[in-house]
Formats: sequence, structure tokens, C-alpha cells
Amino acid sequence: MSNVASEKMLEFKDVDVFYGPIQALRQVSMHINKGEIVSLIGSNGAGKSTLLMSIFGQPRASAGQIIYCGQEITKKSAHFVASNGIAQSPEGRRVFPDMTVEENLLMGTIPIGMAHADEDIQHMFNLFPRLKERRNQRSSTMSGGEQQMLAIARALMSRPRLLLLDEPSLGLAPIIVKQIFSILKDVSGTGMTIFLVEQNANHALKLSDRGYVMVNGQIRMTGTGQELLVNPEVRDAYLGGH
Amino acid sequence: MDIVLQQLVNGLTLGSVYGLIAVGYTMVYGIIGMINFAHGDVYMVSAYITAIVLALLSFFGIHSFPVVILFTLLLTIIITGVYGWTIERVAYRPLRNSTRLAPLISAIGMSLILQNYVQIAQGARSQGVPTLLDGTLRMHIGDGYVQLTYMKVFILVAAFSGMGILTYIIQKTTLGRMCRATQQDRKMASILGINTDRIISYVFVIGAAMAALAGVLITLDYGSFDFFVGFVIGVKAFTAAVLGGIGSLPGAMLGGVILGLAESLFSGLVNTDYKDVFAFGLLVTILIFRPSGLLGKPAVEKV
Repeated sequence: MSNVASEKMLEFKDVDVFYGPIQALRQVSMHINKGEIVSLIGSNGAGKSTLLMSIFGQPRASAGQIIYCGQEITKKSAHFVASNGIAQSPEGRRVFPDMTVEENLLMGTIPIGMAHADEDIQHMFNLFPRLKERRNQRSSTMSGGEQQMLAIARALMSRPRLLLLDEPSLGLAPIIVKQIFSILKDVSGTGMTIFLVEQNANHALKLSDRGYVMVNGQIRMTGTGQELLVNPEVRDAYLGGH
Repeated sequence: MDIVLQQLVNGLTLGSVYGLIAVGYTMVYGIIGMINFAHGDVYMVSAYITAIVLALLSFFGIHSFPVVILFTLLLTIIITGVYGWTIERVAYRPLRNSTRLAPLISAIGMSLILQNYVQIAQGARSQGVPTLLDGTLRMHIGDGYVQLTYMKVFILVAAFSGMGILTYIIQKTTLGRMCRATQQDRKMASILGINTDRIISYVFVIGAAMAALAGVLITLDYGSFDFFVGFVIGVKAFTAAVLGGIGSLPGAMLGGVILGLAESLFSGLVNTDYKDVFAFGLLVTILIFRPSGLLGKPAVEKV
């Protein structure tokens, strides 16, 4: 998979991001090729989620460029970015608490309209049977794991070209994590590009074509998933020395 | 016995109108967390638009009630909606990312501007509209009877239809889902492709349209109004929204009806002069036991 003719889908060029006086990202440069699964690993507070949110301008990059499919989106509004085929399952899940599962899924269809809604909802129910059982339940009454599935399914509902996932394994039982990663693999097989942010480096790197390691807002290392998995520094810091 | 029934019916009519206006307060509060103090004055503006539309229709020789009422409702709702949209655009959107108090002060300013603008443009004296619908519906119950003017019947039907349509839009349509999503998590809504600024504009237009419906109904019923009518009814509707739980749409409607009933029953059975004292006393009592209102949820400060 990694030797696909590399056409850049998303590229960061020397991106700086600040929260007030605090610099969260420093000169970040990286890219994701079409059809790839790329993961970004790093510890808490390294700036991983900030990087994902900066694609939507929240917070906005103060220097550098973010380029999506050849178009600069650094200064574009969040809804513009979403309407052009980027979907995100964000940090903290952020499902709409007072909406039912089905309504939450429908919110994912905003960029493409309701034409495929019924068909896609059925598809999500096949991928995540748990959501089907809960379809008319308000999402705030569900467990963290169920909300995580809902956030991922909601992102998939827009049939994105680029899927951004922020810690999809967070707080989930190991068996569910395994399920989710196998679903991601299937989804990637359909041609979707996936950018994965994870602390759970082991699973993420095994699934990924390439990976980046972020430390204190900077990209410290990059390589194929395999290379990073066997790298001693990565093993010590993120794989618990297995 | 029949006086109780009579006041119940009167209260329901009054309350349904409070509910229509309260909807505007509660939806705006729900979506951007501010009290739109200019909302009562939007209602006042709609009363003047009603009178102008009626005058125009009569100038063109249109007198059939259904045609007149249809055009008045349609035009007043549309023009008042434009007012709502403009107010948000001019007074609140530039302050979107400022402190919480800034748009509140800007709202008070907008309220003064509207009152003074109407006073200058239309004069300070009280204005009137002719009665469009005569006649009374009388129902005999035992020895007594309950009576209701046809106009009041029309108010009841129109107000509850308005609330019904709004509830349907918010609960079942894509626009309604986008409004609820923006209310529950604005940042996430924008990441899903919703233009949240536009949704906030729509909410102001919807609120103004509901106030305009109330404006047409009350103006046709009372017949007279001045540039200051928005204040008292605005305070009452705001009270209704708080009573029902501000931010909750069914809460605003319920709060309106309860407030209307309380006022009518108290003034019919006890004393007219103190009806406001009773209404606000009721608000205080309910807030002591349910600080977030009847259908409201306890406020959780978002970080």
C-alpha cells in the first residue's frame, strides 16, 4: 500500500499555532498522501489534537500553510473545510448530547445532503450494531465507548475523502479497540484517506502506512509504521517497552 | 364557576401570545447565551407594520377578512423577520467573541434605538387599527356561560398553530436539527459543515417572526398601541421564558401559558391591580424550588 503513486492530499508547511501567548505547534511540516493511513503519535499535551483542529481553523495557524488537494485552506472557515470532504471524530467525542443516535448520524450528512442518508445509516448500523440497538436513545445516556462509535460513524456519514480521528481508542475495552481498528482498515480499503491521532501507538502504527511522532509541538520523527514500531526511542516512550 | 372558566379561556389566549414572544427569548438564549433585550421592541415594531399593512390594504380597497388577515400576517412576519436579521447583524455579530456583557449592553442600546426611531417616525401618540372581526362565541354551561370573541378564537388557533409549526421545524427538519446542533455544541456543528453564523441569523429571524405573529394578533385584538408597548409585554414574555426554563422551547410555550393563566385567574377572582404582583410572585416561588425553570436543565458552565 505504501508504494501508491504519492499524490499529496493534505500538507502542513511550517505551521505555527498559538493559544494566547503559548505556542502549541512549532514549524510543523508533514503530509498525508491520497489513500494512505497516517498516524500521529505523541504524549498528552504534545499538540496532536491542536494540529487536527487547526485544519478547521480552530485555532487558526498564525504562520505557515495548510494545503488540501492543492488548495490553501489555512484561512478558510470550518464549515468550508467540512463541505469539501474532510470529516473529524474529535477529541472528547463531542456527540450532541440531547439528540438521539439517529439524529447525531444525520448531522454527519450536512456536507452531502440527505440523498444517501437511509442507506448510510443502515451501513453504520452494520458496522456498529450497538448503535442500532440505541438508535432512538439520547446520546448523553450512552457509555463512553458507544459515544466513541457514534462519533466515528457520524464522521463517516459525510462520505469524507479524508477522515480525521482523534484517539478513537480512548477509554475503550481492548476488544472494541480491535473492532474499531479493523473497521478502519476496511474503510481505508474503499479508498478513504485516514489520519489518525493516537496515544495507543502500538495499534495505530501496525495499521498505518506511515507515522509521525510529535513532541512538544514539533515533529520529532517520521517513518513507515514498521520503522517506527521497531525504533527503540519510540518503543521506550510510547509502547511501554514491550 | 363560569367566571373561573371564563378566566381560564382568557388566560389561555393571553398566555399563548406570551408563549409566542417567549420563544424568541429562549431560542436566542439557547444558541448564543444572551438575553435579547430588544426582542420586546421587535414585537412593538411588528405592531406598527401591522397597522401600515392594514392601511395599505384598505387603500387598495381590499376588505375581505381572510385576504386581509393573510396578507397582514405574511407581510408583517417577513418584514419583522428582516428586522430581526438586521439587529443580529448590526448589534450582536460584531461582538460574538467579546465578553458576555457586551452584547447585553448592545441589546439595551438596540431597544432604545428602536423605540426612539419609531417614536420619531410614527409619532409618540397612541395609534389604532379598526376592528376586523366582530362577533362573540357564547357557550352555555349550566346556568352561566363562557364567551369568547371571534378574534380571541382566532388568536388561540393562530398562536397554537404557530407554536405547532415551530416545534415541527425544530424537531423534524434539517434546519431544526442544525439549530439544535449549534445550540448544543457550536464548534462541533461548524466542524460538521454547518455555517453557524447563518444558523444564528435564522434563529433571530424565527424569533422575530414569532413575535410578529403575536404582534399582529394582539394589535388586531386590542386595537391600539404606542412605541412603548414592547417593554411590558417583553418583560412578561421574558418572565415566561425564565419560568419555563430559559433555553427550552417547550418551556417557553408552557411558561407563557402558565403566566397568562395566573394573571387572568388572579385578576378575575381576586384583584386586577395586583395581577402582576401575583405573576412575578409565582415566578419567584417556582425559581426557589426549580432554579432552572420548569423544563430547564441545570446550567453547566462550559469550559
